[in-house]
Amino acid sequence: MAAQKQHVAAKSPKPNSKRNKKMPQGKDEEERDFVSSKSSQEVESLDGDSNPEDEEEENGSQASDLEDEQPGSDVSSDGDPFTDDFLGGSDSEEGEESGSESDESDLEAKSKAIDEARARAEAEAEEELRLNIKEESDEFRLPTKEELEEEARQPPNLPNLQRRIKEIVRVLTNFKTLRQEGASRKNYIGQLKADIMSYYGYNEFLTDAFIEMFPAVELIELLEAFEKNRPECLRTNTLKTRRRDLAGVLINRGVNLDPIGKWSKVGLVVYESQVPTGATPEYLAGHYMKQAANSFLPVMALAPQEKERIVDMAAAPGGKTTYIAALVKNTGIIYANEYKEARVKSLLANIHRMGVTNTVVCNYDGKELPKVLGLNSVDRVLLDAPCTGIGTICPDQQSIKTSKSTEDVQNCAFLQKQLILAAIDLVDANSKSGGYIVYSTCSMMVPENEAVIDYALKKRDVKLVPCGLDFGRPGFIRFREQRFHPSLEKTRRFYPHVNNMEGFFVAKLKKLSNSKPAASEAPKTLEKTEEAAVIDDNKDVQKDVPNGKPEQLKVSKKDKGKKKSGPKRGTPKEGNVSPSSKAKLRKKRKFPSKEEISQAREEKRKALKKRKVGGAMEEQGRTT
Amino acid sequence: MRPLDEKETAAVFEKLFKFTGPNLKHIVDRPAVEGPDDPPGRYCFRLHKNRVYYASESLVRRSTNVSRGRLAGVGTCIGKFTHHGAFRLTVQALDLLAAHARHKVWLKPTAEMSFLYGNSVVKSGLGRITDSVKSGDGVVIFSMTDVPLGFGVAARSTQDCRKAHADAIVVNHQADAGEYLRNEAEL
Repeated sequence: MAAQKQHVAAKSPKPNSKRNKKMPQGKDEEERDFVSSKSSQEVESLDGDSNPEDEEEENGSQASDLEDEQPGSDVSSDGDPFTDDFLGGSDSEEGEESGSESDESDLEAKSKAIDEARARAEAEAEEELRLNIKEESDEFRLPTKEELEEEARQPPNLPNLQRRIKEIVRVLTNFKTLRQEGASRKNYIGQLKADIMSYYGYNEFLTDAFIEMFPAVELIELLEAFEKNRPECLRTNTLKTRRRDLAGVLINRGVNLDPIGKWSKVGLVVYESQVPTGATPEYLAGHYMKQAANSFLPVMALAPQEKERIVDMAAAPGGKTTYIAALVKNTGIIYANEYKEARVKSLLANIHRMGVTNTVVCNYDGKELPKVLGLNSVDRVLLDAPCTGIGTICPDQQSIKTSKSTEDVQNCAFLQKQLILAAIDLVDANSKSGGYIVYSTCSMMVPENEAVIDYALKKRDVKLVPCGLDFGRPGFIRFREQRFHPSLEKTRRFYPHVNNMEGFFVAKLKKLSNSKPAASEAPKTLEKTEEAAVIDDNKDVQKDVPNGKPEQLKVSKKDKGKKKSGPKRGTPKEGNVSPSSKAKLRKKRKFPSKEEISQAREEKRKALKKRKVGGAMEEQGRTT
Repeated sequence: MRPLDEKETAAVFEKLFKFTGPNLKHIVDRPAVEGPDDPPGRYCFRLHKNRVYYASESLVRRSTNVSRGRLAGVGTCIGKFTHHGAFRLTVQALDLLAAHARHKVWLKPTAEMSFLYGNSVVKSGLGRITDSVKSGDGVVIFSMTDVPLGFGVAARSTQDCRKAHADAIVVNHQADAGEYLRNEAEL
């Protein structure tokens, strides 16, 4: 029996399973088996496969499908009416196979049942999925307070967070149509911020900063890019070798590398390596330098020429200094300055290793360099300023995510402003071939980048020129409430998710003249414009205003003037002008000075005395 | 920073002579490339904090306004004077020596790493050696691809090297490029 069963099963597993998928149920299996077992032998003699198919035919629509599925079988789905009737009474409704051998039907029935169950489960799953998708696509609901509280109690559910982040981003990109009623943009962004903080691990300051700078989709791209490491890059030392030769040698050693891109002739990017790239004989002989891709950019922007005097104000560990030396072919002179004594060693080591001979290495604070080297004494200056390093976030540098705050940014910005002025003072505007300053940071924060350049533009006679880098985004001209000089679009910003290098900022300035404009120029111009406005508003200001007010208004105007000393255009300024103009007018009326007042009082007293005396004398006169 | 006095100059030149021989003249009399001035000056040696620097005159002139405590280096450092007044060449002089070396040794690829770790050269790692090397001569060590790896003192003359057995030391190690990684702080 068993052997027959298996034999039968082997014959026709496929047709059965196909058929079974279309069949609804297999509950009454046993019953059917029992029923069919009687007639099984007889049926088998006819044609094993025909009967089940006939039953299929009874189900109607499924029959034609089956026909398609089983071109090879002899069985026609039309079937014999003879067989139909024969089997009709027992199993017609289920459409299950019967009339075959009992063993066969047993096994087949079981497999059918399993298949049916699977099919059911699949169908249900599909439906559920469709339903879920439908739900989500139609409405993403912001979690309610209770849901949030519950979440807070449990450990963070990462896939949930990720899903929610994606959903919120989707809603924000199509806010009008996808928003939930009663939920404002602020709610969505607030929830996004909280999710980003717990999913990616940033502190509040950084999350706010990124949300302000990037639209929602790009924000997620950026954060994802920060979760990956940047590719390792090498720079060929053209003083000792050529890129082609170096690449050949390294490939022989087992390093998998490629040229870094069209934009550099000396860069190589390393995909993987069997040997440590920082310890090959070629590295030790100074044939290349391990350097991040973004560090190529400021030197490319600087474009130093041979026989020039160049200063690198923050030189350690020496990647950019040695690149400059390679570009000028060891001619001219490079002052490599580094503030931290501990890093001077590595700077020296790299200089010697790379075969650079035209450097003077010193250990000053960058702000002192103009005094040491002399004002207006060099041709070009590179300032790769110390910064918060927010652009360098990667899996190896996770501490930045939680350790930076507004104070850090402000402190760095303060230092950078001082350094850039020192850098500008070092450069000789009348130099024959130079007169350029390149400022770069590895941060993406606006106060460290555009704000510093804007400050320099105001304080010194410099202008922005194109960096010479044809990729990267232009810097911000306006950011939230700040407005910068329009030439700031010549600066360049680089992002990990766009350029596959660390977040970076480069700006190139040209010094126009060696003179320093007076420091009071900025507030003076402000006053002048206000006076001009005053003259216009003169006619309006004919009203009586108590004495106390002008003082207050004057004071408040001064404060506002200090805060908004930038070139601020637009209505807000004009709004301030009218009350201030009134104050100015009143001031112009000129109250008599203190001396005059005291003099007037003296005179009045004298007059009074005279009158008194006169009156007294008169009285006396009368009496006597 | 001051120029070397007579004794110091003698010590430095003596060490250099071991490696370069008559080529020493070229080192001293080379027209300088560095410096922004047009008529190229010469190279000179200067002493600063017990280290000897080899730099062109214009470079030296422009480094005089950097105060003594703040100057970390000028041009190329080639060596330093020890506590007791002896002069020792450091690995930073490698480029200079390699360009003017009289006696050279080439290492087999298998022996490169061993030398870069600071070991001496044994006969089995020796690829090529210039003729006329005598024991005690300064020798600059290259890889087979002519990449300078370091320098040392020959322990045997060329003839003896041929006769020596495989484990014999051929060149005593003095400085190698691996020191840039191992001894960065002491350079």
